[in-house]
Amino acid sequence: MNHPSARRGGSLMRIGGLIHKEFLQILRDPSSIAIAFLLPVILLLIFGYGVSLNAKHIPLAFVADAPDIESAALYASYNHSAYFSPQIAPNLPTAERWLVNRQVDAIVHLPSDFTAKLNTASQPAPLQLIINGVDANQARLTQAYIQAGWQSWLAARAQAAGFENSWAAAQPVELAARIWFNPELRSRNYLVPGLIAVIMTLIGALLTALVMAREWERGTLEALMVTSVHINELLIGKLVPYFVLGMGGMTLSVAMAVWLFGVPFLGSLWLLVLTSALFLLTALGMGLFISIVARNQFVASLIAIITTFLPAFMLSGFIFDIGSMPGWLQNLTYLVSARYFIVILHTLFLVGDVPAVLWPNTLAMLAIAVFFIAASRRKIRKSLE
Amino acid sequence: MWQRIIALAIKEFQALLRDPKSRFVIAGSPLIQLLVFSFAATFDLSNIPIAIYNQDGGQAAQALVARFEGSGHFKNVANIRRESDIARVIDAQKALMVLTIGPRFEADLRTNQPATVQLIIDGRNSNTAAIALSYANTLIADFNTHWQTSHQLRAPPSVIKTRAWFNPNLESRWFIVPGIVAILMLVVVMVVTALSVAREREQGTFDQLLVTPLRPVEILIGKAIPGFAIGLLEGSIIIFLAVNAFAVPFEGHLLTLYIGMGLFLLSAIGIGLMISALATTLQQAVLGVFLFLVPAIILSGFATPIANMPPFVQDLTLINPMRYFMIILRGIFLEGSSFQSLQNQFWPLALIGLVTLATARWLFRHRMN
Amino acid sequence: MTSHLVENDTDAIAIQGLHKSFGKAPHATQAVNNVSLHVPMGTVIGLIGPDGAGKTTLMRLMAGLLTPDAGSVQVLGVNVQKDPLTVQASIGYMPQHFGLYEDLTVQENLTLYADLQGVPFAQRPDRYQQLLTMTGLGAFTDRLAGRLSGGMKQKLGLACTLVRPPRLLLLDEPTVGVDPVSRRELWAIVYQLVKEDGMTVLLSTAYLDEAEHCDQVILLHEGQILGQDTPAAFTQHLAGRVFGAKRAQGLRRHLQAELKQHPHILDAVIDGDWVRVLLTEQASPPALPDGVWQPLPPRFEDAFVLMLHGQRTAQTPPALAPITPPHSEPTAHARPSEVIAVHALTRRFGAFIAVNTVSFSVQRGEIFGLLGANGAGKSTTFRMLCGLLPASSGALSVAGVDLFTAAAKARARIGYMAQKYALYEVLSVMQNLKFFARAYGLKGEHLSRRLAWALAEFDLGHYRDTNSGLLPLGFKQRLAMACALMHEPDILFLDEPTSGVDPIERRAFWGRINRLADQGVTIMITTHFMDEAEYCDRLVIMSQGRILAAGTPAAIRAQAQTEAAPNPSMEDAFIALITEPTQPMGAIA
Repeated sequence: MNHPSARRGGSLMRIGGLIHKEFLQILRDPSSIAIAFLLPVILLLIFGYGVSLNAKHIPLAFVADAPDIESAALYASYNHSAYFSPQIAPNLPTAERWLVNRQVDAIVHLPSDFTAKLNTASQPAPLQLIINGVDANQARLTQAYIQAGWQSWLAARAQAAGFENSWAAAQPVELAARIWFNPELRSRNYLVPGLIAVIMTLIGALLTALVMAREWERGTLEALMVTSVHINELLIGKLVPYFVLGMGGMTLSVAMAVWLFGVPFLGSLWLLVLTSALFLLTALGMGLFISIVARNQFVASLIAIITTFLPAFMLSGFIFDIGSMPGWLQNLTYLVSARYFIVILHTLFLVGDVPAVLWPNTLAMLAIAVFFIAASRRKIRKSLE
Repeated sequence: MWQRIIALAIKEFQALLRDPKSRFVIAGSPLIQLLVFSFAATFDLSNIPIAIYNQDGGQAAQALVARFEGSGHFKNVANIRRESDIARVIDAQKALMVLTIGPRFEADLRTNQPATVQLIIDGRNSNTAAIALSYANTLIADFNTHWQTSHQLRAPPSVIKTRAWFNPNLESRWFIVPGIVAILMLVVVMVVTALSVAREREQGTFDQLLVTPLRPVEILIGKAIPGFAIGLLEGSIIIFLAVNAFAVPFEGHLLTLYIGMGLFLLSAIGIGLMISALATTLQQAVLGVFLFLVPAIILSGFATPIANMPPFVQDLTLINPMRYFMIILRGIFLEGSSFQSLQNQFWPLALIGLVTLATARWLFRHRMN
Repeated sequence: MTSHLVENDTDAIAIQGLHKSFGKAPHATQAVNNVSLHVPMGTVIGLIGPDGAGKTTLMRLMAGLLTPDAGSVQVLGVNVQKDPLTVQASIGYMPQHFGLYEDLTVQENLTLYADLQGVPFAQRPDRYQQLLTMTGLGAFTDRLAGRLSGGMKQKLGLACTLVRPPRLLLLDEPTVGVDPVSRRELWAIVYQLVKEDGMTVLLSTAYLDEAEHCDQVILLHEGQILGQDTPAAFTQHLAGRVFGAKRAQGLRRHLQAELKQHPHILDAVIDGDWVRVLLTEQASPPALPDGVWQPLPPRFEDAFVLMLHGQRTAQTPPALAPITPPHSEPTAHARPSEVIAVHALTRRFGAFIAVNTVSFSVQRGEIFGLLGANGAGKSTTFRMLCGLLPASSGALSVAGVDLFTAAAKARARIGYMAQKYALYEVLSVMQNLKFFARAYGLKGEHLSRRLAWALAEFDLGHYRDTNSGLLPLGFKQRLAMACALMHEPDILFLDEPTSGVDPIERRAFWGRINRLADQGVTIMITTHFMDEAEYCDRLVIMSQGRILAAGTPAAIRAQAQTEAAPNPSMEDAFIALITEPTQPMGAIA
């Protein structure tokens, strides 16, 4: 037993006692430790390795009604691209059947008069693109990739023909896009920090969602309340152990992000620690609040399952852009603390310390943390009513 | 035998629905979530904040800016006057991108020199950046076509004519809402089945149940029925709302849909009961729910395509019932897929259901001793 | 009898006009209704009353865990409502179920409470030593509290509340679910605390014999105080109204049932070889053919029954209503008379032997008791008999089969009532009844008949739509028993069915049990109440997994007969057997 603080007064001794007790309980039922350390590792591994928005080897059907040298050149241009695995289909109905059976995602179709029109200036030669639009986002990306392949084919063709001032060589306006912070648009660089925020919401809330309800159900809260423990001490005694566990899980997640997934980290560490601590408090506070409101473990479990993962996944801007949501829903997302932390993490990882981003979001998290902890404090009081 | 099972199922319903809080979570929250998530989950961007650094100011430059502003996708949040402001607005996330039109823009354009505009994009969220960039590309291409035709320039030798099947306007909501149907059904089934035995263990009623003539397999069936019924009912309501309130097309057959729902529910219930049989405390059950739920959703193809995953993860998704159900739902909703074309989704679901239910039964017997 | 209602400085507790109700307006229940009382310093006060009388609410109000609706509570001179922390810092309070962390060890529980109560580190080793010696837990400091027996938990709970010596000790039902040996040890500790440390102790209990150990008793009923006085004062006016009856032939419980019908007899219970009766005022014992009467000294329990008699008549079950319909009446030759046979039954958990070569048999229609200290292996034996746990070795048969391996429908012949009443707490009374009835295959007209029977027999009609978790304890017990009886089982297993239940409820309970036995139902029961052991036809006493003694109650009592104690009670016999250093006797046919 080691309570260096105890000499300084009864309150620290009581808090120390509660924290010690909580740690012992954590050690006895390792499911809390599993929540703090196993959950982030498994989820980060799956997400980090498994999920990517960068399409590669999109299956493509290539149909030329009258195969010739032009169609072969276009085919070659897709075949050389890492984005596509084109397959030559004998005719359009076959290709369409492939599309319906999900063997291909898109069809590039050159009608029989394609080459003829290509060589006459009067009419442009139509390249028909049929695309499976079910996954609209993916369809859009596929469309953009196909267009890019087509353009490079046109440019190569123009160069070979020696047209100095041809259309393909000089479009009236050219767009030179530069992407900052993540030039190759590696989706992992943005998914992994975002995922850390989602996972920590889950972990923080899960760790505390059942602890108060459990003390209620097992009758130990009654015994605690009648000791000289002050209600604030009780809350601190609950928060500190799970805060330590949560920060452990957080450290592990950040370490995996940087060393395993190679996400650059450009911000300062102290800001990361500060904002993570604050974010964890919002999640723990929410869990504690659920636990106190529910008063029984079953209802607390239900509420925790419903209110943690899906809102953090859907409403935090992790996958779906908040700015594109309707106004009332954007207002709702202000309640999701993960939205602030995701922005902070993206900035700290990929940009660096940007006070204009960090401070407003940090303050918002502070407000949420204070809200949940104060609400828990109000709701619990020191009585059994 | 069936009478006892029905008695148990009735009891399970009552235990779930009598308490107002749990009734709300089970009956009310899926509808709220459908509403919220359906509006939230879209990849179609609108109001992308864009800052304009227009050094030219001529008519053509104005026309280009007007194209961005009028597209509906972009919102001009700032007109920049200095080069150094670019970093400021991007870093602070005031704007997702900055369109820079150089001072020689119009001059180049009128002399048929390539006129370059520069677009700087915040790549922190790479997906949003990629989508926004593709919008910008389309706008520029439209501008070019318009310029060429109105100035009698040489037209391109070829054009792409795109048709998108099943979702002609490429509305990502059509794609996402069926996915949400699957997620909400999965969550409600897990909540109903995975916690039920742990709850009885903690309350001490499990022994009382075991001394009745109910056999373990009957207890399993009795505990599966509420999950199945609630899942089916809520699935139906959610689908009804998806079609009628969110105007997602429904092209396929109801019967095919219900076969898919039934098979999916069986496999989800099997997994829920497996968790239930393993967990001795509610905390363990909740942990089990999340250890299954989160990967199942992420690796289902809901938001990120399975085809983009590395091969070993793609193989892993083969045991995920959500993967098959997503394809079934989207196929039936959007493509009008027939039973035959979906049979390669049906039989794996049925197999997963059989294996998980059998495992749950084995675990159940095994853990009792 | 409110002779002590005089305000003075030596009051440990002073309560004035206290009100407390729960629930919202139309359905509000008055848990504490206009209570005023004074508890003098340095005394042991018993708070006694039937279930739902408001004992726990009153204690929680004293401990500052609830806010009163009206009235004031002064504890140790401090107003609890104004300054709960000061009060809580100077009292010790042990809630029901002892408030222990079951996943912490004995020492860790003590350390936690020492931290919470601010015991200086320098004083701790001595204090721990003192408490561990007092409670006899010294050898178990590293054991998890959840692995302790009920008696040891109770003592650990007490040690935790005493870790910093309080001036006032509040104990809420400290002896529920605890065997007689542990109860006696607890009382020894309480007296020691009062005598040596000048502590004031207020405890609530359902064991009325314990009331006689108190300096004063407060009798609480439906939130109101019926009286506060010394135990002797309560029984004073009962002199000449208590008699024992004995008949040469027949079962005592038949005599008891018969006497209970008599208009002049208010109460009849089995007490050793006698049936103890309480007569109405001015009455003399009725004529008893071939029987004898003997005057007995009145006890506190008699006073308690008398005071509550008028208030609870409505809830007494209809006299001699057939508890099972005649069609289930078994015919003697149809079935073997040996219903439960256990031979050399053993159950190990790792290296620990919970049940060690136990043998006994139970005849049809017998009430068979399984007694023992906490942790003696009673519940493990029960769980094996009910097929919830396989035996490690040995043979057992219930109604001719081993339920663990037998077909599920064999279980339809038994009824099982688990410890702490395993009811679905969020389901209503009716829903619980319906579920268990249907789980046993009842349907249609039969089902509705049994439901009507259960509501009437157990007087549950008033509560039919109440969630079972909200019922008073006595009604939970009734409901649990009703659920176990819905399918009219041949064999009924009752695991501590009366733990924590008040004497009035227990009388009604035993009335039903006796009638069931008379109809041929075999009853197997575990209990901590030694007076209840007298209702058994035969019983075994277990300790550390083995059988110490077996036989009729009289035979077991006879085993403890010594010159010093020629007429030992069952409790004396039990304690003598348990504490005896001799080797257990193993198997008894």
